[in-house]
Amino acid sequence: MTMDPAIAEPEPATRQPVLSLRGISKGFGAVQALTEIDLDVHAGEVVAIVGDNGAGKSTLVKILAGVYSHDAGSIAFDGQPVSIGSPAASRELGIATVFQDLALCDNLDVVSNLFLGREITKGTLDEEEMEKRSWSLLRQLSARIPSVRIAVASLSGGQRQTVAIARSLIGEPRIVILDEPTAALGVAQTAEVLNLIERLRERGLGVILISHNMADVQAVADRVAVLRLGRNNGNFRVPDVSYEEIISAITGATDNVVTRRAEARNTERNAS
Amino acid sequence: MSNTATAGSQAERAADLQDERLFHGEGLTGAVEGFIRRVRSGDLGSLPVVIGLIVIWAVFQILNPAFLSADNLVNLSLQCAAIGTISIGIVLVLLLGEIDLSVGSVSGLSAAVLGVTLTQLHWNSVLTVIASVLAGTVAGLIYGLLFTRFGVPSFVITLAGLLGFLGLQLWVLGPNSSINIPFSTWLVTFAQQMFLPPWAAYALAAVAALGLFWSDWRRSRRRRAAGLSSGSMSVMLVKAGLLLVALGVSVWYLATDRGVGAMFVFFVLLVVLMNFLLTRTRWGRAVFAVGGSVEAARRAGIKVNRIYISVFVLCSTFAALGGLLAAARLASVGASSGGTDTNLNAIAAAVIGGTSLFGGRGSAWSALLGILVIQSISSGLTLLNLDASIRFMITGAVLLLAVIIDSLSRRSRASHGQA
Repeated sequence: MTMDPAIAEPEPATRQPVLSLRGISKGFGAVQALTEIDLDVHAGEVVAIVGDNGAGKSTLVKILAGVYSHDAGSIAFDGQPVSIGSPAASRELGIATVFQDLALCDNLDVVSNLFLGREITKGTLDEEEMEKRSWSLLRQLSARIPSVRIAVASLSGGQRQTVAIARSLIGEPRIVILDEPTAALGVAQTAEVLNLIERLRERGLGVILISHNMADVQAVADRVAVLRLGRNNGNFRVPDVSYEEIISAITGATDNVVTRRAEARNTERNAS
Repeated sequence: MSNTATAGSQAERAADLQDERLFHGEGLTGAVEGFIRRVRSGDLGSLPVVIGLIVIWAVFQILNPAFLSADNLVNLSLQCAAIGTISIGIVLVLLLGEIDLSVGSVSGLSAAVLGVTLTQLHWNSVLTVIASVLAGTVAGLIYGLLFTRFGVPSFVITLAGLLGFLGLQLWVLGPNSSINIPFSTWLVTFAQQMFLPPWAAYALAAVAALGLFWSDWRRSRRRRAAGLSSGSMSVMLVKAGLLLVALGVSVWYLATDRGVGAMFVFFVLLVVLMNFLLTRTRWGRAVFAVGGSVEAARRAGIKVNRIYISVFVLCSTFAALGGLLAAARLASVGASSGGTDTNLNAIAAAVIGGTSLFGGRGSAWSALLGILVIQSISSGLTLLNLDASIRFMITGAVLLLAVIIDSLSRRSRASHGQA
């Protein structure tokens, strides 16, 4: 459990957020996927975005990754208004996105995957330099990968997730977005990835964590931003909030299957 | 020699050998053991084709002692060059997981352009060569654009191209069913009569061995500088020495007849060049990445469409170049240029040589090894006075065998967790 006071404290009012969204809206035809979303991410902060299916989490991630463009609202990076028109523009700003399907090339080794599209060259590929940097990066993340010269296909799910996250760090990003990083992982591997997220925070990166798993969110996040039907539906500091409060924000506190069920039973009992 | 690296403190070990789960052998024994372990886990590389080649040569030598005569081997090397060159292009498209069925037609078109511009329009010979190679480049560009713009499967595009370019070849030839290229043309001299003098061939062999040693040694030195494990000097010396001996003996043996053909050397240099581009450049890395996973490559920022177009262009250009070499070797161009089994042999050579049909796995060397196998079978059966019917059946069986080995080794890699 992470209740690191040094990290939970920063006051949003005094510190400028690295990434700041104001009034972001996005529609697909007749469907309004996102309405007036506000979100701030500071350096050295893990912000979890939670919400039910269809709440707009993936749409928000894709806007930040440059896959979709937004219809209204503004994005500021380091206080400067920016537009994210393409995945390349997103990466250049310093936003690294690790999608759920990882997007690794199974036939290439770890080094090639880490540096894919950003190879270090000295006329020809500088394999030695790339391998050296791969090791130092993986050591910093305390990743347990036996060899960086084996094909990614032979790694376990957790190791593949590690490679994908390590790859996002090659470009020295300021913000890392992780889309369901623990969805397909076992207990030990999930713990490894959570450790990794804490290490990203220690490096002073802003982390946006998309997750369905409340245990993971409470274990590692500093703040939780709840989306419901494409709108902001709560923004909590993790130490101050209970599991039930997050759940009721996700499902809608007043209009909720769980509460309605409880109410119905109460009235039944009163009537009898 | 420590086999599993358990001895020694962590700090002393190179950065890449610190994990105690890692198998690591040192020196020559270690290299041999590593090789055996790789083969067992299904990473066969070019081993099946080398063994196959040895078996084929042994069988034919027993059946007909003329097979391994210097005269026959010189012919064999010359026969390899044209279709082998086409096969280099096939290796490239296969690495992307695509296919080009039209290389035969494109090579025929290029030959037709050569014949007509040289003998009927009387262009300068250099200009005709450029024009006929460009014909291939343009064909590849069309394929690349069709593939990337419309997303039509390469199988269908190139099937259409097979018919279309065959038609274009016949149209370029016009009423001439066959055009003879004068023997005095440098192209024909190059393909038929130009052999390296023995001293030059020995020098080339020495340069190749030295080059191998130098590149190994340089890599080893740079790895040590980067704090990584480096290969042992004995392995490097043995590798370079074996290459020197093998090349030296080959040169000496071929020199007892006409020697090493310039056209064959040209082909091998093309293979070496493509191998360099595939393994040591960003472009080559991108080709393997796209062959492994298009989506991953795209997300990594690789301009996937450019890679596709560049590969289709290169493939058709190699096909055109191969068509030129074939025309020059026969000193004639006709409606049947690039026809019959050119297509099939070029594709079969790449697959037999060990390039996977499933994309992302292979090497430029498979063009050389594969075409050696195919031409050896063809030459051996011709020596035995066997009919073309038998030749086709046997080549077909060998191709089938190669594809089965590819599929089996894929399955074995999957079960050893190396997809």
